[in-house]
Amino acid sequence: MDKFTGKIWVLGDDIDTDIIIPTEYLALKTVQDMAPYAFSPLRPELAGQIKEGDIIVAGKNFGCGSSREQAPEIIKALGIKCVIAKSFARIFFRNSINNGLLLIENDKLQGDVKEGDEITVAINEFIECHGKQYPVTSLPQNLVDILNAGGLVKAMQRRNNLKV
Amino acid sequence: MGMTIAEKIIAAAAGVESVKPGDIHTVELDRLMSNDGPTHLTIDMYNNLKNPRIVDVSKLVWIVDHNVPCDSVKTAASHKKMRDFAKAHGIKFYEGAGVCHQVMMENHVTSGELIFGADSHTCAYGAVGAFGTGVGCTDYLYAMVTGKSWLLVPETLKFNLTGKLNDGVYARDLILSIIGMIGANGANYMAMEFGGDGLKTLNMSDRIAICNLCVEAGAKTALMEVDEITLDYLKAHGRAPKHVFQSDADAQFAKVYDIDLSAIKPIVAKPHFVDSVVDAKECVGTHIDEAFLGSCNNGRIEDLRVGAELIKGKKVHPLVRFLVVPASAEVYRQALAEGIIDTFMEAGAIVMNANCSVCWGSCQGVIGEGEVLISTGTRNFKGRPGHKPSFVYLASAAPVTASAIKGEIATADMIS
Repeated sequence: MDKFTGKIWVLGDDIDTDIIIPTEYLALKTVQDMAPYAFSPLRPELAGQIKEGDIIVAGKNFGCGSSREQAPEIIKALGIKCVIAKSFARIFFRNSINNGLLLIENDKLQGDVKEGDEITVAINEFIECHGKQYPVTSLPQNLVDILNAGGLVKAMQRRNNLKV
Repeated sequence: MGMTIAEKIIAAAAGVESVKPGDIHTVELDRLMSNDGPTHLTIDMYNNLKNPRIVDVSKLVWIVDHNVPCDSVKTAASHKKMRDFAKAHGIKFYEGAGVCHQVMMENHVTSGELIFGADSHTCAYGAVGAFGTGVGCTDYLYAMVTGKSWLLVPETLKFNLTGKLNDGVYARDLILSIIGMIGANGANYMAMEFGGDGLKTLNMSDRIAICNLCVEAGAKTALMEVDEITLDYLKAHGRAPKHVFQSDADAQFAKVYDIDLSAIKPIVAKPHFVDSVVDAKECVGTHIDEAFLGSCNNGRIEDLRVGAELIKGKKVHPLVRFLVVPASAEVYRQALAEGIIDTFMEAGAIVMNANCSVCWGSCQGVIGEGEVLISTGTRNFKGRPGHKPSFVYLASAAPVTASAIKGEIATADMIS
């Protein structure tokens, strides 16, 4: 997944974990069951519109709130390839890497794009939109390894030569 | 170069002489707390491992607190999974004892420890100078199997407290003011350290309330200087500190804030963000449907005393549900002994068993479409206590109780 292009959905600041997945749906059996309710307090129609390979672009403090790991799992289950935000809350950041969801911090992109735009992401290199390139901060190699394996548990199994 | 409390705890847990912000270290964890929010997921992942094992079961504490008593068939299955697993593996297990962080403070946490909790408000443990931080279930699983994890050493924001809170102003007003000042991500990835002469005026309940809410500013952890009040609290609970660390005189802080406690006023955080804080007076007269006095943030005996004193001899407004939920069974029994529970019930409050209740919006006190809750809980995110178009105002026990009496947002001085 070193370089990919996708359509973007644009969200604002402080997208909290109760917006990503409200408490009442956490009792559902699987993240696939929960996924249709993602972002429902804010945009109930959004989960149904997101297509495989789409990208979320958001403001500051994305994922603030609880430690519920279903939040990044559901975003991944919707087919979102990566989330680009001005900043991420720390528990959400760890949970996302641990579940193989790519996060990229960039404080300029959100102000320059509109929903439906296509952008290209080259991991650890740049983001490109409307012919303009935005630099990105590199993730350390061990985190890239976890992402590429699809999450922490799979990465550990791979490292220990266990069949996944 | 000198180190902060957070840096010293990480250095000790990593077995190295010194650390600095930005370093990543593998650390040995002292304690691993998990509750009934994520634990069923952790168990599922554990059971899928090729070689599942728990490296040191004595580190684990599991607490059922989010849905107590169980409210549905689905939750019952999740609780049963947790209960059965805990029994099979000899994991310390609580059910009905109270909200996890209060139970941890009463029974387990001590100064200088490094603790992972599968709950965001784990930063509460800084009240006794322990480095507590919230993690998801994958990080928890990894720590459960290996006893270790990795940590990025955070920068530290230092809060020097001076003076004393005025009568009618509480620790919760202080931390809401600070979150309002630095913003909901003002301490993102950072540690928040509290010290100064003003800290000596704050009791352990105040300190827990302050540290508990630091995650609402994005903090990785919160830490308070250990002093006589800390050591007395630990002694009273039969524990000794693991380490007593203070920041060195030449420790590097990302920023230092001087906070005069006497300048803090009663605060309300308006929907839907914890940093949307205003002077409580600005919200006076706002319609409410429900009031909640409880949670790991503000459900201790000191908070119940504030509410009971205000409501004694008065009645809950007929159009308001007033939920009183002690943070632990220990708090509940103390409140019973002091006649506080009777005072609340005489006034028409609904007194519930110790649990997370409407603070997390699943099993008790859920509010309906367009309804308004004033709460001593931890968060006021959109839809968190129930119906998506609903509204939560956060305040201390005093405005919450005053509002329950008036039927609209009120401050304590309006109750005669």
